[in-house]
Order: sequence, then C-alpha cells, then structure tokens
Amino acid sequence: MLEVENLKVAYGDLLALHGVSLAVRPGEMVALVGPNGAGKSTLLKTISGLLVPRAGAIRWEDKTISAAPPQRIVERGIALVPEGRRLFATMTVRENLELGAFTRRARNEKNAQFDRIFTLFPRLFERQRQLAGLLSGGEQQMLALGRALMGSPRLLMLDEPSLGLAPKIVEAILSVLAGLSRDGMSMLIVEQNVHSVLALARRAYILESGKIVGAGEGRKLLDDDHVRAAYLGPLSRRAR
Amino acid sequence: MILTQQLILGVLVGGLYGLAAAGLSLTFGVLRVLNVAHGELLMLGGYGTFWLFTLWQIDPFLSLLGVGPAMFALGLLLYWALFQFVVKAHEEARIKNSLLIGFGLTLVLHALAIQFWTADERAVTTAYAGAVIRVGGFAIPLLRLSSLMFAFVILAALQLFLAKTRWGRAIRATAEDWEAAALMGIPVGRTYLLAFALGTALAGIAGGLVSISYSISPSIGIEWTLKALIVIVLAGLGSLFGSFAGGILLGLAEAMSVVFLGGPYREVVGLILFLMVLLVRPQGLFGARG
Repeated sequence: MLEVENLKVAYGDLLALHGVSLAVRPGEMVALVGPNGAGKSTLLKTISGLLVPRAGAIRWEDKTISAAPPQRIVERGIALVPEGRRLFATMTVRENLELGAFTRRARNEKNAQFDRIFTLFPRLFERQRQLAGLLSGGEQQMLALGRALMGSPRLLMLDEPSLGLAPKIVEAILSVLAGLSRDGMSMLIVEQNVHSVLALARRAYILESGKIVGAGEGRKLLDDDHVRAAYLGPLSRRAR
Repeated sequence: MILTQQLILGVLVGGLYGLAAAGLSLTFGVLRVLNVAHGELLMLGGYGTFWLFTLWQIDPFLSLLGVGPAMFALGLLLYWALFQFVVKAHEEARIKNSLLIGFGLTLVLHALAIQFWTADERAVTTAYAGAVIRVGGFAIPLLRLSSLMFAFVILAALQLFLAKTRWGRAIRATAEDWEAAALMGIPVGRTYLLAFALGTALAGIAGGLVSISYSISPSIGIEWTLKALIVIVLAGLGSLFGSFAGGILLGLAEAMSVVFLGGPYREVVGLILFLMVLLVRPQGLFGARG
C-alpha cells in the first residue's frame, strides 16, 4: 500500500535520512521508534509532501508520489497528525474540523464524517463552538485526530500523539487508535511511549541517525535486548 | 468647537486609512510579504475611478464596482509575475525579497503614472461634491461620509467571506499556519494568490474613495503605504475591523495634532504613535500576543 524505498532527505547540506525503506500494508498499524533527532518526523513530513526528497521513491497504491505537493497527497488519502498538533488556535473546533474536509473527495463525505467524529469524541461535539486554542491538551489531541479523520484518509500518520498528555488521556487516545486499527485503518505512528505502541502495533521499525536499524513484529521487539536497553529503560522490567 | 469639527474629519479620513491598511494587513498576514507598493496600487485605483468619471461621466461609487474587480485581476497578474517567486523563499527571506520587489514596483508604477497622467493633482468632482450635512453646528461632508460607509461595507463583506466560506477559512488557516493548512489539503499557493488579489482590490477601492473625497497624484503612493503601515503597527495583524478601528484612531490622533500643534505636525503624530506602540505593545493595540 505505502512503500518507501531508499529515501534520502536533506535540510540544506545536512542529510537527515540516509536511504530509508519501509512499507505499510493495508490495515496494518506500523510503529516507528527511535531517539530524538533520528529523522522520524522528517520521514512523516516527506511522505506528506511537506519536504521534497533528494533521492529514493515513495509509492502509494502503486503510484509514485515522491514529488507530489501536500494537497495531492491528502487528496489521495494520506493524512498526517503533526507533532505538536498544529491546530488553528484562533478558529473554533467546528472550523478546524471543516478544514479537515477541505479536499473535493472529503467534502462529499463531510456530514458522515462529522457524525463519526462526534461519536468517537463526544467532547468535541460539546465544544464545537469553542476556540481550539482554549481546549485542554487532551481535547486538542482529539481535535487534531478528528481533523485528520475528516479527510477520510486510508493511511493515518501520527507524530507523537501522546506528547505532553496525562497518562489517562494517553490511554484514551491509544484506545481510539486501536479501535480505528480494528476497523481497518492503516497507520504509521511515531511515538515516544514505546512500550504501549509496540504492544499495539503489528510491526515496528527502529530509526537511528536517519537509518533503519531494526524491524520486526511489535511484540517481538519488546523482548529484544537492544530495544529494551535503548528505549524502554528500567521501567520495562517492571512493566513485564 | 473646532476640535469636534476636526475630530469628525479625522474619523472620516481614518476610515480610508483603515481600508488601505486592511489590504496591506491581509497580504502581510497571509503571505508574510510586505508589499511596499501597496500605496501605488491605491494610486492606480484612484486613477481608474478618476478616468472613468472624467472620460465617461461614470458615477465614482458605481465605477468602484468595476475598479475593484479590475484591481483584483491586476493583483492576480502581479502575484503570478512577481510575488509567487518571493513566497517560495523561507519566511525570514520573504520580507527582504518582497521589500526589494515592492520598491522596484513602486518606482515603475510611479514613473508610469507621471508619464501617462502627468504629475498634476486630480480629484473626481461630481455634481454633489460640495454637499454637506449639518448636524448641530458641525459640517459633515457628504462624500467623505459616503466613502467611510462604503469602506465599512466592503470590509464587512470581506469579513463575511473570510468567516463563512470555504476559501475564506482556507485563507485564515494559511495565515495561521501554512504547513498545517497544507496538511488539510489546502493548496497554499492558491490561497496566497487569492489573498494577494483581494489585498490589491482593497487598495484599488481605497484609492477610488481617495480620488472622490480627497485628491490623487502619482506621488501619493508612499504616503499611503506609510499610513497603512502605521495603522498595522497600531492595530496589530489579523483583524480587518482592528485595522478599520486603527485607521480611525490614526485619523483622530492627526486631527488632534492639527488643533493643538498646528497643521505641519499632522504627519509626525502617526510616526510618534508608531514608535510608542512598538516600544510598549509591539503586538499592536488589538493584536493577539504572539
């Protein structure tokens, strides 16, 4: 479904991704873990079309999309929930959701999507006239997720959806993601909360310094000594 | 007595400052480019209205319905020919590049206007040009009052467009965070084009109103760019009615300086306000902190 092949991305002269390859198959939840600065966000931004790769290819449903602008990629069904949520803070909850359904394709399904998202997040329904900037952190993440879902994506990419949220809210968000996954949504998720995401994802890739250094089934990586030492820390023992 | 009369005139001219500033604020807020040729675009709109009246006796308020769309089209052309290359740069580089292009455009438009229309001052003089409404002991020039109301209606219409329509929301989203807007599937280049053309149309309409209520010449551009900049600093970015209110505030401040300090200080007071606001409240009087 999504295939990334030998992707190289640079900021000026600085190479951030040194030939990354990965794949997301239909209905799969794939996690991408790795330390800060490894290039995880860069990879998601490049797939979204915000960055243009130096070399390599991104294929989506057997078509090359590496050079397409963001609006084409959204139109084709790939949505990104960016790091830090990036809501339109001076606009209302409802306006943010409306913007999520900007593309021609999404506009036709807008009303159904509104229903779906308000069922998923009743809080957003209650607060639809409020300014997005005045929501709590958890509500903002729900809105960011809802806004991306308004575009009826077939691949949902999430960059650190649990960043800065209370554990209880993280749990709620992750359970919504698990639900979406059960309904067949393909997902590529970058997450600091490595333990929960590896438990949830079918497969995972480990990205370090712009290279994929490991890949495998999520649960197997949880038992991997290198992964445990590098990303899970002393907590992992207790969690097991 | 004199003060009140001057304040009335100050409000009337302030509405036009506000309209001029709203256009500049729109392009600056959305594209992050500073179009210093905004005043020259205003001047062109003024000549449009002036010639439509002088050659074919078209009522100036009616002709604005043509001048607005014509200036919108000119805005599309200017964006396509010049400013689309500026917005490709990073945000920090955009301002610098836009200043260069803007100054170049200023010189070209100024020179062309002198070439075609001479350096003379012109004004639209309709049959009802001298009409005055008397309220109490005060005189309110009918044309200037109509211009103020016209400016208000235009801004209200634009506000409605930005608040309620799909492309209006896209413009606001792009102004707030263009990357996030792109992730919604909004073609950011297209919203830039639309915002720039709307800003140009606003300049043109403001110019038409200036040619009706005051006078125009090829050299008024820089003066109006400056007024618009002062108003933007006063009011902050991001609100059309904030610009309108800021314009009226500048008009009032100028009126008071005329009464208390004398006519020559009129142009100075705006710049003093400009400095004071930058020192004390850099986000503008009505602007959000950010």
